[in-house]
Amino acid sequence: MITIIGNSVAAIGAIEAIRKVDKEIPITVISKEPYIAYGKPVISDFLKGKVKEEKLLSYRRQGFYEKNNVKLILNEEIVSIEPEKKKVIAKSGNEYTYKKLLIATGGVPFIPPFKGKDLKNVYTFTTLDDAKKLLEVSKNIKKAVIIGGGLIGLKAAEGLHAQGVKVSIIELMDRILSLAFDKVSGSIVENRMTDVGIDIYTEASTEEILDDGTGSVRGIRLKGGREIEGDIVVVAIGVVPNAPFAKSAGIEMNRGILVDEHMETNIKDIYAAGDVAEAKQFLYEQKMLLPIWPDAYKQGRVAGYNMVGVERIYEGGLSMNSIELFGISTISAGVHTPQNPQGYEFLIDLNEKQYRYRKIALKDNKVVGFIFVGDIDRAGIFVGLIRDKVDVSTFKDKLLKKDFGFIELPYELRQERFWKRFLEVKDAACIERICPQYTPEYTLSDSEVIDGE
Amino acid sequence: MSIKRVYPREEFCMGCRLCEVACITVHSESGDTIKAYKKEFPREPSRIWFEEKKPECFSFMCRHCDEPDCLEACISGAITKDPETSIVTIDEDICVGCWSCIMACPYGALKKKVRKDNKMVSTKCDLCIGRGINPACVQACPNRALVFK
Repeated sequence: MITIIGNSVAAIGAIEAIRKVDKEIPITVISKEPYIAYGKPVISDFLKGKVKEEKLLSYRRQGFYEKNNVKLILNEEIVSIEPEKKKVIAKSGNEYTYKKLLIATGGVPFIPPFKGKDLKNVYTFTTLDDAKKLLEVSKNIKKAVIIGGGLIGLKAAEGLHAQGVKVSIIELMDRILSLAFDKVSGSIVENRMTDVGIDIYTEASTEEILDDGTGSVRGIRLKGGREIEGDIVVVAIGVVPNAPFAKSAGIEMNRGILVDEHMETNIKDIYAAGDVAEAKQFLYEQKMLLPIWPDAYKQGRVAGYNMVGVERIYEGGLSMNSIELFGISTISAGVHTPQNPQGYEFLIDLNEKQYRYRKIALKDNKVVGFIFVGDIDRAGIFVGLIRDKVDVSTFKDKLLKKDFGFIELPYELRQERFWKRFLEVKDAACIERICPQYTPEYTLSDSEVIDGE
Repeated sequence: MSIKRVYPREEFCMGCRLCEVACITVHSESGDTIKAYKKEFPREPSRIWFEEKKPECFSFMCRHCDEPDCLEACISGAITKDPETSIVTIDEDICVGCWSCIMACPYGALKKKVRKDNKMVSTKCDLCIGRGINPACVQACPNRALVFK
C-alpha cells in the first residue's frame, strides 16, 4: 500500500508512473488543501481573471482519481511520521499506515520575522486559496506592496495590476528575477513593467510592515527610512521545503529532504519528490533544491516507479523557467550567469528596443545555459543540447541565428534526433530497411486533402 | 513497436512545402485550402517546422514521445497523451499560453498560435487524429520525403 502526502505535480507524476505498471496496489493521497490537483502556477492567471476556477481544477481530467483507483483525502494535514510503525499522523488525530511513503508536500512561503508580519492584510501567493483572498481584497484597495521580485512576486504583481491595483515591488537584489535572469534581461522586463505603471525598487531591504493604527497595514518601511504606501502587503520572498515532520522522524535534511537517485530518503521505504526534496543536479555536483514544475513531475515519476519495484534513476534536475510578463515571453535554463565566469564563453544578441535578447553560455564547447527574451521559438532545442551535452564547436557561429533549428546541426546529429533514437537502429542495414529507396509509383492523386470542393 | 511517427527522409525533400499546405488545410475550419488561406483569420499555423539551407531541407514535427517533456512541463494540464493511441495532444481551451512546453521540448516541436478569439495557445502535430488514413502531410508529399512508420 502506497501513501502519498501532498497532491500536486510530484504526486501526480508518481500516481501516473505507478499505474503504468501496477493497476491494483492501493494508493492513498492526503492533502491539506481542499482541492483536487490544480496547476499551481496558473493561480496568477486566476488572479488576472483570465482563468476560472473550473479550468484551473482541470489539471487532470474529471474522474482522474477514480480511474486511477486513488483514495483522495482532502483537508488533512500530516504533522508526524512514525517510520517504525509505518504510519503517518494527521493534525486531526487520524492515522494512516503505509508500506511505501512519498513525501510530496511542496514548499511554503518564507516570511522573515518582520515587525508587523502578523498584521491584517498581509498575504502570500502560492495556493488557490491565497489567490482567492487576493482577488477578493483587490476589489476594495488601491495600492499593494509586494516584497520580493522573484517569479511569485512578479506574477502576483501582474495579477493585481490586471485588477486595477497600483503595485510597488521591493527587491533585495540589483535586479528582478535574479535567479532566472541576468542584469540585461532583468532590466528589459523591468522597463516594460515600469512602462505599464509598476514601481520597482531594487537593492531595497524591507525593515518593517507598517500598522495603520487599526491593526491593518498602511505600507512598509525600507532600511534607510523610506516608506512605501500600500493597502495590502504580499510577502513573496520565496518558498522553503514544507517538511516540519521530517527531523523528528529521523529523515535526513539539508535545506530540503535529501534523496538518492531513486528519490528515496535515508529511511527505507520513505521517498520524497518535488519542491520538498533536495536531489541530484544535472549540471552541478552537489544536491540542490530545484523548485520547478517539470522536475517535480520527473521526480514524482522516478519515485513512483521505484516504489513499485521498477528501478528508475533520476538523471538530475536542470533549472529552467518560462515566464511571460506583461506580454514579454522569456525562457531561461541552466547556468547562464555563472558567479565565476572564467572558463565560460558567452554568445549575446541584444535588441533592447524590440525587447529581444538572446544569451547563450558555453563551457568546453557545450551549451550549459541560455536566456531568451522576446523571441522564444524553439528554446527547447537548446535544452536538448544541454541535456545531450552536444559538442557545438562545428556550428557555434550559428547558435544565435534567427530561426536557429536542426538544419544547423551536422547531418548525423539531426538524423539521430529525427528517428534513430526512436527506431533504435544503429547499423546501416536497418536504416536501409526503414528508409527504403524512393518509390516512384506514388502520385499526388493519392492526396485528398489538397483537392478542392 | 510503439507509436507510429512521421519521419523525414531529407534526401528526398525538395522544399515544396506541400506538407505545410496540407497541414494548414486539414486543421482549418473549412478543411478547404483556398478558404483556409484566404478567408480564415488568423490563419491556422502549420504544425510542421520546415527548415531549409539550400540544397538541404526537411520537415520535422512532434515525436509523440513515450515520456513527453512537454506534458511534464505543462502547468495547466492541457497536454495529454492518449493511453490507447499514444498521440500527444493539446486542449486549447485549457492551455494558458505559458510556453513551458516550448521550453521543455528538445525537438522544438511546439509553436505559438493565435486563436480566432485572440487567445494565445500552443500548438503542435496531432498526427491528424481521427482522420483515419495517413497524416495529411505524409499523403501530400509528392516525393515520399515523409514516411509514417
